[in-house]
Amino acid sequence: MSKIENKAENGSGEGVEKGTADDPKDDKGLGLGVIFFMVAFLVCFLSGWLLFPKLLYSKKEQPFNFDHKLHVAEVGDCETCHFLREDGTFSGLPSMESCLECHTDEPMGETKDEAIFAREYVAKEKEVPWLVYSKQPDCVFFSHAAHINGAGMDCITCHGPIGESTTSRPYEENRITGYSRDIWGKNIWGIKKHSWDRMKMDDCAVCHKKETGQQGYCFQCHK
Amino acid sequence: MIQDKKEHKFGMVIDLDKCTGCGSCMVSCMSENNIPFKEDESRKKDSITWMRVYKLTNGKSFPDIQIAYLPRPCQHCSGKGGHGHSPCVSVCPATATDYGYDTGIVSQIYTRCFGCRYCMGACPYHARYFNWWDPEWPAGQEKYLSPNVSPRMRGVVEKCSLCYHRYQAARDKAYYEGRDDIEESEYQTACTTACPAGAIVFGDLNDPSHMVHQIVKPDPHPDPMNKYVVDKSRNPKVFRLLERLGTNTKIYYLSEREWVRKAGDNYLDGEWDKVKNHHGSSSK
Repeated sequence: MSKIENKAENGSGEGVEKGTADDPKDDKGLGLGVIFFMVAFLVCFLSGWLLFPKLLYSKKEQPFNFDHKLHVAEVGDCETCHFLREDGTFSGLPSMESCLECHTDEPMGETKDEAIFAREYVAKEKEVPWLVYSKQPDCVFFSHAAHINGAGMDCITCHGPIGESTTSRPYEENRITGYSRDIWGKNIWGIKKHSWDRMKMDDCAVCHKKETGQQGYCFQCHK
Repeated sequence: MIQDKKEHKFGMVIDLDKCTGCGSCMVSCMSENNIPFKEDESRKKDSITWMRVYKLTNGKSFPDIQIAYLPRPCQHCSGKGGHGHSPCVSVCPATATDYGYDTGIVSQIYTRCFGCRYCMGACPYHARYFNWWDPEWPAGQEKYLSPNVSPRMRGVVEKCSLCYHRYQAARDKAYYEGRDDIEESEYQTACTTACPAGAIVFGDLNDPSHMVHQIVKPDPHPDPMNKYVVDKSRNPKVFRLLERLGTNTKIYYLSEREWVRKAGDNYLDGEWDKVKNHHGSSSK
């Protein structure tokens, strides 16, 4: 018999002995093992679901706080600042030119945010480098004209009640993909309560399937 | 909601007698679609040319030699019987390329492609290109890229999209103006508008008011010689590349010269004479 075969035989023999022996010593070891497993599972589980999302997203503050509620009260609707251009493209966030239709480098109100706006951006003739929460990846083509004019949808369906906000929340950026957290959604489990909770491709597809009867082909929304 | 009520079938016809081989279509295509150029563009295994101009000769010696140039974009095959099973779409394991049934355009989604290159093997026209490297532009030029076309990274396949972003833009405008459909002039590819000879005509092959339909006169019936071949031109001067494969391409070519038309496929001895006068069932 070769050395290796000897070893194998001895090894398996030991294993059998341990497994069949039922003295109280082994029971104690089993209990400790279960506790260790439970603790390790809990630590991994919690760090995966609570700590990792915090690590995954970096937080950035907007240049200054923007009060949507105040502006909606003043101008009346979303379309005054976020409008469709005549060629059908969407203006997105307003440029300084739009702001200056009302604002001057003298603040109109008392807030310190407007003071920053007037001093740092209007006076220096600089565009405000807003961080766009709903910015989609580069490969996505989204037509606002098709959804607003074509399908008659309102802004809230996808963007939520952002018009009622008084403060700008921090912009959260996925450290791996560089995408805004609004694309994946706040809920790390992927649970969706409102139509505006997520902006993934699947969310587009679900609505398209429901409303048009088909998900559409790739080029409909990609470029 | 505005839907595409009418099914489009976008395609082009290229007049090879007008084409001078100047290469404007290639240049305009590269700048329109953010195609990076390489340090050595003569290395054809590395360079990317969605639109490529090939040189054809009749193989004769002086003084009988003749030259023709053949611009080759993606042929946007409709597949056998015109059902959308293009060679590349059929083999893609990632659904990174699919057939748009309301436009007839074969898409390529770069973020979905993982670079297996089956489609490149399947394409009979060599219209697909692989990115061996990340795109690089001379410093500062990246600021002049088109925002309507996403640049591609290394490891994915790319190809001509018939300037689909121009279609999207035209539709956006139609939505804004409350129109159901777009005009012929609103959606034209970059190569079409750049061609100084006017050799390229682009439009909807399904729309009899479009110039491309009037030149090509696509046959509504399948070819009696091969039931898989549909939309064969009833114009005796118009041909398609490797037409008998049944790929049903939507890029048609036009030439008065018989040897140029013959160059569109491979023919056995005597085969050409049987084929050359056959142009669709209704013209028999």
